[in-house]
Amino acid sequence: MSALTRLTEYLRRHAVFLGVGVVVMTIPAYLGDTYYLSILAFMATRLMMALGLSLLLGQAGQISLGQAAFVGIGAYGAAILTTKVGLDPWSSMILAAFISAAIAGLVGMPTLRLSGYYLAMATLGVNEIVYILLVQLKSLTNGTDGITGIPTLSVGGLDLGGPKAYHLLAWGLALLMLRFSLNLTRGRVGRSLRALHRSETAAQSLGVNTSYRKVQVFVLAAVFASIAGSLDAYYMHYISPESYNVTFSVILITGVIVGGLRTVWGALWGTVVIVLLPELLKRLNDDLTNLVFGLLLIFIMVFWHGRSKRMTAGAQEQGVRVWRRLWRS
Amino acid sequence: MALLRVERLSKRFGGLEALREVTFSVHRGQIKALIGPNGAGKTTLFNLVSGYSRPSGGRVHFNGEDVTGRAPYRMCRMGLGRTFQHSLVFEDMSVLENVAVGRYSRTKAGLLAAALNLPLHRREERETVKAALEALHRVGLDHRAKEVAGNLPMGERHLLEIARALASEPQLLLLDEPAAGLNEAETSRLAEAVRRVRDEGVTVLLVEHDMTFVMDISDEVVVLDYGRKIAEGPPYMIQENEEVINAYLGEELET
Repeated sequence: MSALTRLTEYLRRHAVFLGVGVVVMTIPAYLGDTYYLSILAFMATRLMMALGLSLLLGQAGQISLGQAAFVGIGAYGAAILTTKVGLDPWSSMILAAFISAAIAGLVGMPTLRLSGYYLAMATLGVNEIVYILLVQLKSLTNGTDGITGIPTLSVGGLDLGGPKAYHLLAWGLALLMLRFSLNLTRGRVGRSLRALHRSETAAQSLGVNTSYRKVQVFVLAAVFASIAGSLDAYYMHYISPESYNVTFSVILITGVIVGGLRTVWGALWGTVVIVLLPELLKRLNDDLTNLVFGLLLIFIMVFWHGRSKRMTAGAQEQGVRVWRRLWRS
Repeated sequence: MALLRVERLSKRFGGLEALREVTFSVHRGQIKALIGPNGAGKTTLFNLVSGYSRPSGGRVHFNGEDVTGRAPYRMCRMGLGRTFQHSLVFEDMSVLENVAVGRYSRTKAGLLAAALNLPLHRREERETVKAALEALHRVGLDHRAKEVAGNLPMGERHLLEIARALASEPQLLLLDEPAAGLNEAETSRLAEAVRRVRDEGVTVLLVEHDMTFVMDISDEVVVLDYGRKIAEGPPYMIQENEEVINAYLGEELET
């Protein structure tokens, strides 16, 4: 193969990814407005959170209603380690990600033995516990007052706190995670996740250590969420507990499901919806956002219900088919 | 030496004794069948051997190692492949992708290697496609590679499950009612595939109710009744065994 055919083949295979990458990375060149840039940067961190959930729910079939907890651990980890411990922002972000990974591992090992509603309830409980800790551990978190004066990220002497630099940083990392997730789903590990989603029994008979893979992807999702949380904290300089309650977890999972679960691209489309929809709706009416998300959620729960009932009846394939028909239509 | 040996294997579910001290061996290169009326403990025995449940008593030896109670995924890595009574193909995945999952135990790329698409992962992916196509070829299903697995008729689903298990390069293949729901043509296609697989060096232990198929294909037969082994031997001896005829074969041979 000549270099040229290789290049065209590469461009063809990654056309969508490269297109999205070029568009978002050049936006700061022609969009100067700080407000819109901030919204777009938020989209990048929401995408990181959604990617992990998409791998977890879309590929491995495990639902988590506790993703905001790991966003919170990332945000508070970064805030506490920089303002109270005195570490630099990068190390704090990495350390916070390790803490999230460790907690996700400890939580995931028992909870991922559960399935369907039970797993949803368990992860919801975890989110609630983390939220209560953020409010109650006042000496560390300042309770409901939140933490102020969180520093910005910088490279060398270059400050990455401005909207344009931050946009590039957040989207650069988000695109890396998207590429990472796309690669993951295309190979051996992604295949094993899709297999265990359809039948754990069959996957095990083919050599897949299903518990290990489920915990691993749960940890990966927590790490993505944690990094996103840290980045948000560095950009806003201020965090408080209510950003990390169950409501936010529900919004994230709603986005991932609305975007489509079949491939991790759904995380991107879903992120666009959950970031832009409230922006559009609040121009009409402040309360409309909650109503629309509520309706979306009811819609989703009705179909989850149908699915889980069929699953307990032992016809998992049936459920998957209903599920797919729903999200294709 | 026996490839598989179960020794005084027992399984109780509450008060029910599903399996009572069953002992037999499967030798390399054999096709061995496990027959018996419904509820005789055949699938229970399969589940004990492949690690899906733990025996209440007795041991399982595979390839000279005591593997009693070892997890299914570890049994697969040791060289045990199996299919399921109620076809467990991944319905919305392609036939090729189904079989590619079967290569899992023979490839190594982990989360990072896959996510970064390292050379190891790329090489393994190429090998996976090749090996999966080869496994499909072994059961005569290569022309269906791109089909969605859920669209296959029952006969081909069973073949697909066999191909998927073969992709993991098993030494012993457990087939749970592979001929169930198949018509005559499909059954003979299955028999041909199973024989070819055996000739290529894979030992086969199967549970089956289709007696023509069993007697035609098996080198040896074990008969279970109410969780006990009541007979073991080559097909012609089983067909003449009084106890077996009374317990199981009776009506079929008289009519």
